[in-house]
Amino acid sequence: MRLEPIPAPGPARTLGLPALAIAATVAVAALLAALAGANPLQTFGLIVKGAAGSRFAMLETLNRATPLIFTGLAVAVAFRAKLWNIGAEAQLYAGALVTVVIGTQLGLPGPLAIPLMALGAILAGALMLLGPVLLKTRLGVDEVVTTLLLNFIMALFISWLLEGPLKDPMGMGWPKSPALPRDARLPRIVEGLRLHWGFAMALICAAGVWLIQTRTTLGYEIRAVGQNPQAARFAGIPVGRVLVKTALLSGGLAALAGFSEVAGLKGNLTSDLSPGFGYTGIVVAMLALLHPLGVVVSALFVAGIFVGADSMSRAAEVPTYIADILLAAALLFMVLAILLTRFRLVRG
Amino acid sequence: MTEILDILISASFWAAVLRIASPLIFATMGELICERAGVLNLGIEGIMVIGAFAGWMTVYAGGGLWTGVAVAMLAGMAFGALHGLLTVPFGLSQHVVGLGITMLATSSAYYAYRLALPEVTNPPRIAPFQPLDIPGLSDLPWIGQALFSQTALTWAAFACVAVVTFVLFRTPLGLALRAAGENPHAVEAQGLSVGAIRMGAVIVGSGLMAVGGAFLTMSAFSSFFFEMVNGRGWICIALVVFGAWKPGKALLGALLFAGFDALQVRLQQTGMGQIVPYQVFLMIPYLLSILALVLMSRRAEVPAALMTPFNRGER
Repeated sequence: MRLEPIPAPGPARTLGLPALAIAATVAVAALLAALAGANPLQTFGLIVKGAAGSRFAMLETLNRATPLIFTGLAVAVAFRAKLWNIGAEAQLYAGALVTVVIGTQLGLPGPLAIPLMALGAILAGALMLLGPVLLKTRLGVDEVVTTLLLNFIMALFISWLLEGPLKDPMGMGWPKSPALPRDARLPRIVEGLRLHWGFAMALICAAGVWLIQTRTTLGYEIRAVGQNPQAARFAGIPVGRVLVKTALLSGGLAALAGFSEVAGLKGNLTSDLSPGFGYTGIVVAMLALLHPLGVVVSALFVAGIFVGADSMSRAAEVPTYIADILLAAALLFMVLAILLTRFRLVRG
Repeated sequence: MTEILDILISASFWAAVLRIASPLIFATMGELICERAGVLNLGIEGIMVIGAFAGWMTVYAGGGLWTGVAVAMLAGMAFGALHGLLTVPFGLSQHVVGLGITMLATSSAYYAYRLALPEVTNPPRIAPFQPLDIPGLSDLPWIGQALFSQTALTWAAFACVAVVTFVLFRTPLGLALRAAGENPHAVEAQGLSVGAIRMGAVIVGSGLMAVGGAFLTMSAFSSFFFEMVNGRGWICIALVVFGAWKPGKALLGALLFAGFDALQVRLQQTGMGQIVPYQVFLMIPYLLSILALVLMSRRAEVPAALMTPFNRGER
């Protein structure tokens, strides 16, 4: 068996196969719902209704999509350079931590505190990824494992801070940080609607990343390094330095997810601030084929699945983990479908 | 210092080292087989979760302990087959597929657990593997408790290292497998199929990872918890690097690592535990794994074709 390139794939192939991947994902979901003894169509209906059936549901989906756009962008930027940043979760928490520290400990007025919180978060996230990327470029240490392990280390570090130095004295013993003062929170985009400026920031970041990738030398260099590092080096591109810049960008974006969740939504830091936004960012980025504007669409879709499944599982006897299976299946089906638009498997 | 010495000479410490090392040994051997054949298997974390669940569930539903181990292994092999299918003939990114398999296997286990036990708050228990009583040896003072009070699965873990070493370095199959990870074109020139060898390695390796997961629910603990694998799979990937892709060295790495883990748990109970927050102790395994990767980076003997898909007829 070997792969053979298809010289000129027709639209039936380039559009049909991704559609087939979606159909296969839906089939898996139907099977799972049936296993739980529920009616698949009714289950899908409840998921769609829970994700977009009312103004409240839609706002909930937009709020859930916000951190996913940031982490999705972080992953998309890094994976484009074949820098396997699986540590968006740790970078998110680094950003959230610095946001809370600046917001609650310095006593700055809001207009000064908010930009400082955002900058501090970006810096913290960037530094969080700088270590693994330097280990990669200097010593050849695989960044997949180091970034993954840092997620666990960061979670423990946050847990210690929330039980120790950063513990809210008024928190009734709960491990949580003090809350940001009112004026250090991100305002809502429209008064009365539960959607904060973090969402707008995420859209701006997506556009910014798209501009960097398409209109700047760095964007070109990132692509070149990702496609073929040897050829890039031969062409005079400083591969190590490009990877470091990519890492700073990626880590900073992931950290903004933490900033936006704390300053826009939660107001304080808890150890369950992120239900795996960093990991889900990988699915978001892959479903978007690493395209920054596609990340926005795919984050909305993924957020909709999660919000919809939460609401569905309250009504039907289908566990909410159906959403996680669905997304993992969608990821695997989609990467396969995209490959098969350009190649076919032949005997011999 | 005397506290550390007291811990190191206690028999229960050494018994714990062997117990903590066992799941790591299984999963590290599984990953090592995959990587030696040229496939990085990042599905390891999720495959351990599915193994932990499938083994436990089988026993909970009335099956025997060894049936549970077999079911866990089959479940791991099924996910391994999926990983192999996507990464070997289709040559998809081993990073993306591996992470996808981890997500799929983990969420499948959680979904099935919730389906089977919708209402439980306290995870139900099974009767796990019991320590084997070896007449004569188990009764020895100190040594008996330290080394000869382990369950059959721990013995199986050590036997697994011996078998993997033998097959990899003493059989034609092992030679072909290693060559598939070093120089796939040479394997092809011998008339062997790189694809078949790699598929087989990923499937068998994944089966071992799942047994490592099953050890957690069927020997170390007696219940299935969410997040119980807790990064052990990623640690095993670091252990493969630490062991320079050699089973014996990887075994030593797993034992060393388990030693530090057993030590940190006991240090938490001492005076040090009063001063140092417990999270610092819990960080030690992860920090050690990163340290191991850094230390080994200079003399890495990475299989040359690791992560390189092989497509027949392509150079």
